[in-house]
Amino acid sequence: MSTPAPTPVFLERRSYRRRRMMDALRLLPILGVFLWILPVFWPTPTDGPTAPETMALSTAVTYVFVVWLALIASAFSLWFFLRARPEMGEDASGEPF
Amino acid sequence: MASVNLLIGVSLIYVTFLFVIAFFAERATARGQVKWLRSPLVYTLSLSIYCTAWTFYGAVGYAARSGMEFVTIYLGPSLVMIGWWWALRKLVRVGRAQRATSVADLISSRFGKSNLLAIVVTVMAVIGVTPYIALQLQSVTLSLAIFADPETGALNQSSAAFWVAFGLALFTVLFGTRNLNVNERHNGVVIAIAVEAIVKLIALLAVGIFVVWGVAGGVAPMMAQIDASPIGTWDMDRSRWLALTALSAAAFLALPRMFQVMVVENEDERHLKIASWAFPLYLMLMSLFVVPIAVIGLDLMPAGSNPDLFVLTIPLAEGQVGLATLSFLGGFSSATSMVIVATLALSTMVSNHIVMPVWLSARSEGAQVSGDVRNVVILARRASILMIIGLGYVYYRFSGGGAALAASGLISFVGVAQFLPAMLGGIVWRGASRWGALAGLLVGFAIWVFCSLLPSFGPGVVLSVDIFEQGLWGLGWLRPHALFGIEGMDPTVHAVAWSITLNMVAFIAVSLVTFPSPLERLQGAQFVNVFDHSGRAQGWDAARATSEDLMVMTQRILGAEEAQTLFRNEAARQGLDGGLPEPTQGFLQHLERELAASVGAATAHAMISQLVGGASVSVQDLMAVADESAQILEYSNQLEAKSHDLSRSAHLLREANQKLTALSVQKDAFLSQISHELRTPMTSIRSFSEILRATEGMGQVEKTRYASIIHGEAMRLTRLLDDLLDLSVLENGQVSLRHETGGLGDLLEKSIVTAQAGSTQPLSIRRRRVDEAVTLSTDHDRLGQVFINLITNAQKYCDAEAPELVISVHRDGPDLSVSFADNGTPIPDDDRRVIFEKFARVGNQDGSGAGLGLAICREIMTRLGGDVTHVHTESGNTFVVHLPSQSALAAQ
Repeated sequence: MSTPAPTPVFLERRSYRRRRMMDALRLLPILGVFLWILPVFWPTPTDGPTAPETMALSTAVTYVFVVWLALIASAFSLWFFLRARPEMGEDASGEPF
Repeated sequence: MASVNLLIGVSLIYVTFLFVIAFFAERATARGQVKWLRSPLVYTLSLSIYCTAWTFYGAVGYAARSGMEFVTIYLGPSLVMIGWWWALRKLVRVGRAQRATSVADLISSRFGKSNLLAIVVTVMAVIGVTPYIALQLQSVTLSLAIFADPETGALNQSSAAFWVAFGLALFTVLFGTRNLNVNERHNGVVIAIAVEAIVKLIALLAVGIFVVWGVAGGVAPMMAQIDASPIGTWDMDRSRWLALTALSAAAFLALPRMFQVMVVENEDERHLKIASWAFPLYLMLMSLFVVPIAVIGLDLMPAGSNPDLFVLTIPLAEGQVGLATLSFLGGFSSATSMVIVATLALSTMVSNHIVMPVWLSARSEGAQVSGDVRNVVILARRASILMIIGLGYVYYRFSGGGAALAASGLISFVGVAQFLPAMLGGIVWRGASRWGALAGLLVGFAIWVFCSLLPSFGPGVVLSVDIFEQGLWGLGWLRPHALFGIEGMDPTVHAVAWSITLNMVAFIAVSLVTFPSPLERLQGAQFVNVFDHSGRAQGWDAARATSEDLMVMTQRILGAEEAQTLFRNEAARQGLDGGLPEPTQGFLQHLERELAASVGAATAHAMISQLVGGASVSVQDLMAVADESAQILEYSNQLEAKSHDLSRSAHLLREANQKLTALSVQKDAFLSQISHELRTPMTSIRSFSEILRATEGMGQVEKTRYASIIHGEAMRLTRLLDDLLDLSVLENGQVSLRHETGGLGDLLEKSIVTAQAGSTQPLSIRRRRVDEAVTLSTDHDRLGQVFINLITNAQKYCDAEAPELVISVHRDGPDLSVSFADNGTPIPDDDRRVIFEKFARVGNQDGSGAGLGLAICREIMTRLGGDVTHVHTESGNTFVVHLPSQSALAAQ
């Protein structure tokens, strides 16, 4: 005889995956901030003669837009997969892991 | 070359097209076909009003001047959208739950529905957004001027701007004020904006594709040309990169027009999730070709041409009139959609928070006036629209339209970003208070005006050159571009950093030291914990509002039909057949939100409070009620205590009654007994005296016998009567006590001798004479009478085989007691209670006693200042005589 536990310690694989996706969703903007702050550290002509060679604008454009596209793609795929799963406990905090 | 007239014609056709679309959207809404009108796609596209003419023309100009810096304006909103879970989710939920109609409404609602705060926010928003509207007018007229044939004379830019402004005002009035309830949403406007969003995206993409593949000849040559251009190296002011990204993110959240489309026009929260990736995609596409267009423009166009207009001038220079016309339409769309939504949002604020409250308070009748308030609200809103667009036009005329588009846009951004601390602080921090919000807003606004708005007109225009160099009032730390003496910062970064920082500092600091009103605290809890409980603002004291009054008022705001439907539904929900619903708390809250959607939270609250009574909110009433209940609680506690007392008294009374009843029975029994007692000797006396009188020749012996019987009976009667007399005297307090001094032992000795005199029954008496060596000062005769009585009782009633009486003396401090313990059957409990009463007799005794002995004992002891009690023991009966403490003089 086994009695069912009131709250499971481990979630089933599906809910677990969903929770981790929500985590990813929350962390995505932080990653975006980090990646878009990086250009601040690139050398500029005003840094003086000892500075390393400055970056070409085309490279900068490519970098900014690639990051942009990657973020959009990540946001889209997270939305896509989260949409397919049942909406539960999304707003809840202190959920089991 | 396309003539201006052709362009105007195309514009008119385009505008007509928009009118038609908006009209059909409204029609479809009226028929209930809103599903396709409210798709996530439309929501995302409507967000694109973020991209105004500033984006369409200005971004290229910006890139031509500062390289990649332009992109920061789009990175911030992209991050906000991708991170929707953090802030937007809550903002949208709060806005929808509270039926906020504008930024001002949201902030005022959060901070206790304060209209003062709403007015401040409204004024700030109008001042902050007016330059932005002017910017749109400027961009449209500039773009028109590009097409003007230099030979036929330059375009009259002022009149062009005027007609553009007029057309926009007309459109906004027609589609923005059709229905009053903002939460019914402006489907016509939203659809028109969505169409414009597509037009401007296609236009910009078309120009971009033309530039990259048509002019530069592909992606690789384009890249090479970018690197070779004057802006071809990464040359970035680092502080600006960070500050502008943060600023654009803040402005995206706080701009009134963004709030309008993002929160107010939001139909379904799930749309936000789709927009979280779709809108960044839109922004990315809008920015994708900005750098190529700028680079090609710098290359192709003659030096000194306005880079803000490269989007138009490049196709024109290349002979692509059709593309240029499309591009013009794109710019036109950007400008018009922004003006329409911004005006709509601002007019809602102005009419709800300034015009309506003023109008309501100007009418002495208050909310209960007759006539249709709806007309007044709509009129107020239309007047506000005309006023705001008029302000934009005036600003355009006076600013001369000289500044670069991007610069004016940024100034506006810094202004509206001042709302952000109060907005976000209000939804995440319950401790945020009204005064904190007000302080933060005013401080931030003041710094913005001084460091950003006024300097933008240039030195010597509004602020004198002296102020720029020496500081305000000659104070060096009050220079507009070097506050607190920190020099060398970029002016925009400087303004952003100081205004937002000090705004937050003031907001937090004042919030920490002030105490919010109850309503603020309630609203604060609702905002911050919106996901725990979406709903239920504070309640109304429903009993005081009558349904008729509410109905009349609601009709005037929502219109007769909507109001009747609302009331009918509520009545049906309450289970009432027809007629008006009961004005329950829940209904009043529902009604307030419905009204709030039309006239704003503060006004709706004020209107209902006028009807319900108590202009200050019912939280105070609730407090009063709480006080009252506390009083009631206390009163009921008192009652309870009293009722306890009463039941205790009742219990005592019941006991007394039982005692009385028992006594009454005893008395009746005694009366019959005493009649019998008196009668028996009387009968003997009478009969024997009759025998003596009637019988002749009776012998001496017989005479003597009869006479002694008569004597004995007479003695018995006398004794009985003596006892009764004695008791009566004692009870009436008429007895006089003779105090004398003597030993207790002697008194006991005498008593025992007296009691046992003539007795035939054996009773062994045990004493401890050592203890009896006490000198008493009391009435010895009376005390002796008590002792005799107790000993006689023991003698008479002790039914043990070997009757024994133990007389012992106890001293306890000053108290002295003498106990008489026999070994007879203990007196039953029922009788114990009455043994000291008069005429009480225990059990079925023989008739030798009158039941007065113990009563007399107690009376005597009471007179002497002592007491006599009966102590129940297992082995027999013990009577304890407590002697008065002062009577024992000293132990010998």
